[in-house]
Amino acid sequence: MREITFLKAINEALAEEMRRDKTVYLIGEDIGVFGGCFGVTKGLLEEFGPERVRDTPLVETAIIGTSVGAAMTGMRPVPEIMFTGFLGTCMDEIYNQAAKIKYMTGGKAKVPLTIRTTYGGGMSAAAQHSERNEAWLVHAPGIKVVLPSTPYDAKGLLKASIRDDNPVLFEEHKMLYPVKGEVPEDECAIPLGKADIKREGSDVTVVATGLMVHRALKAAKELKGDGIDTEIIDPRTLSPLDKDTILKSVQKTGRAIVVSEDCKTCGITAEISAIIAEEGFDHLKAPVKRVAAPDVPMPFSPVLEKWCMPDESRILDAVKSIMK
Amino acid sequence: MEELGKEKLVGMYKTMVRSRRFEEKVCDLFAQGKCPGFIHSSIGQEAVAVGTCSALRKDDYITATHRGHHELIAKGGHMDKMMAELYGKKTGYNKGKGGSMHLTDVDLGILGMNGIVPAGLPISTGAGLSIKLRETDQVSVSFFGDGGSNRGPFHESLNLASIWKLPVIYVCENNMYAISMPQAFGISSKMSSYGSQNIQDVSARASAYGMPGVTVDGNDVMAVYETVSEAVKRARSGEGPTLVECKTYRWKGHFEGDPMVYRAREELEEWKKKDPITRFRKQLRGFLSEADFERIDKDAKEEVERAVKFAEESPWPEGPEALEDLYTEGGAE
Repeated sequence: MREITFLKAINEALAEEMRRDKTVYLIGEDIGVFGGCFGVTKGLLEEFGPERVRDTPLVETAIIGTSVGAAMTGMRPVPEIMFTGFLGTCMDEIYNQAAKIKYMTGGKAKVPLTIRTTYGGGMSAAAQHSERNEAWLVHAPGIKVVLPSTPYDAKGLLKASIRDDNPVLFEEHKMLYPVKGEVPEDECAIPLGKADIKREGSDVTVVATGLMVHRALKAAKELKGDGIDTEIIDPRTLSPLDKDTILKSVQKTGRAIVVSEDCKTCGITAEISAIIAEEGFDHLKAPVKRVAAPDVPMPFSPVLEKWCMPDESRILDAVKSIMK
Repeated sequence: MEELGKEKLVGMYKTMVRSRRFEEKVCDLFAQGKCPGFIHSSIGQEAVAVGTCSALRKDDYITATHRGHHELIAKGGHMDKMMAELYGKKTGYNKGKGGSMHLTDVDLGILGMNGIVPAGLPISTGAGLSIKLRETDQVSVSFFGDGGSNRGPFHESLNLASIWKLPVIYVCENNMYAISMPQAFGISSKMSSYGSQNIQDVSARASAYGMPGVTVDGNDVMAVYETVSEAVKRARSGEGPTLVECKTYRWKGHFEGDPMVYRAREELEEWKKKDPITRFRKQLRGFLSEADFERIDKDAKEEVERAVKFAEESPWPEGPEALEDLYTEGGAE
């Protein structure tokens, strides 16, 4: 199978969905001539024109707010918010409007929109451009939250998100953009709400998303040398969460480690650990362990940032200690 | 006015009366404990909603405010489903999940009342963008208040609508108070010092966005109708948005039970003399007899009573229904 980058996979998903459905349009800051802050929307203006690849002034509130109105009246907007750190500027439109309208109207209105945004550390962008706040919106019923880890998943899940009749927050890890992987040329939409087993194993379950999946895979390679067989589960969508796949894996291995780049307190690791404790306790041979960032905003200096982000060695340590 | 024809004019009058009787009844029911939550009464502001919506087609859109029962009625909203929703019943517009502040009827172009001020502004602007992208000749109306014009979404929405020439009419229902904050204290003005009579118009803000801004007497339904009609014509012909400020006054408190310590009783009495319904009634004397007026009033009261009966007799939702309507199954083919 051909290999393309994570970035190219997203670009292809956008182009293909715009070709198949003329109600799909992109809206955001610097997505047109500039091709997006990271180059994700490059070439789309040329193919689809400025009406459907709609550059805006600095108006995050209106980017999401107008997308809600357009979605309610027959369109499928795909707004881009450059960094998750900017979600605060349009949180009312996401949390109070997009996520709640369907419910508040007793199901009468639908809001099919996909908010694309970038998240995570790794490029010394400091605290307002390296946010990991997916848990905010996992905590908001009514909006789906998707965090792909591979080019295949990125393309397939983005296509499914755009076709979904609900609001979706689609988070792209900045450090994954250049990562290459196999992506088929033909149709490849992946249903939302289904976890993927990134590596099968029998001794310990590691649950991770985004960049952390890659770090867990590296750790698993090394652990194999020590005779430890690691299973890696990537939920891919955090809301809705595929509990069954996680619990089935824990039933098999009896041990669970939950990894996230997010802060530990009330982050996604807290929820997943609680589910395992509540619904899979009888299978556990050891207490659930969490590998997460400390409860500080992401620092700037490369040394400090690296220290804050969970890496292979921390995942290794956690696995070794849970196997004792 | 005559060129509109009797049917249209009488229809407008009826809608104002229906809205007034509905709201009076709702206030009563709230006092009796029948309607839970908050009630933001629109009594006194009927001319803005009716004048505006009478200039629209059924397929045009509106976003309504938290004080928007009159806006719904003016856009054709069904009183029985409204009342049932205010009761929290299963048969209400929102199956009891929204209540007074979230009444919505997408089929009638009513994209919802909203509990966040002024969240309807970007939503109606988005409906305007959708109209442009779908290449129809619909228009979108955004109702909001003087208070809402101070928040950021107002700025972002009007700026975008102007640069993209969106078919949106921003209708500011200026009732002079944002809860307790008088607009004289809340809206900057180069002319005024605090509390003086030199209050800058909200419509003056339109000049910052390169769109026409007009202030009209919001208690004069014909003035609202004519001004909004002009704005609708502009929007339909692709000339872009307009800001229409309608000066009016709410007779009741911000919510039912508001002690209204922030305004003088005399001020309210002065505004009651400018009752938009009494005023329009005088203008219609050539068309309708006293008996006609009485019948219209009686019909409105009966319609409200039927709505109450419908709400009273409707079933409550079952507890587990709280889990429904969160997500839509499926999606685009």
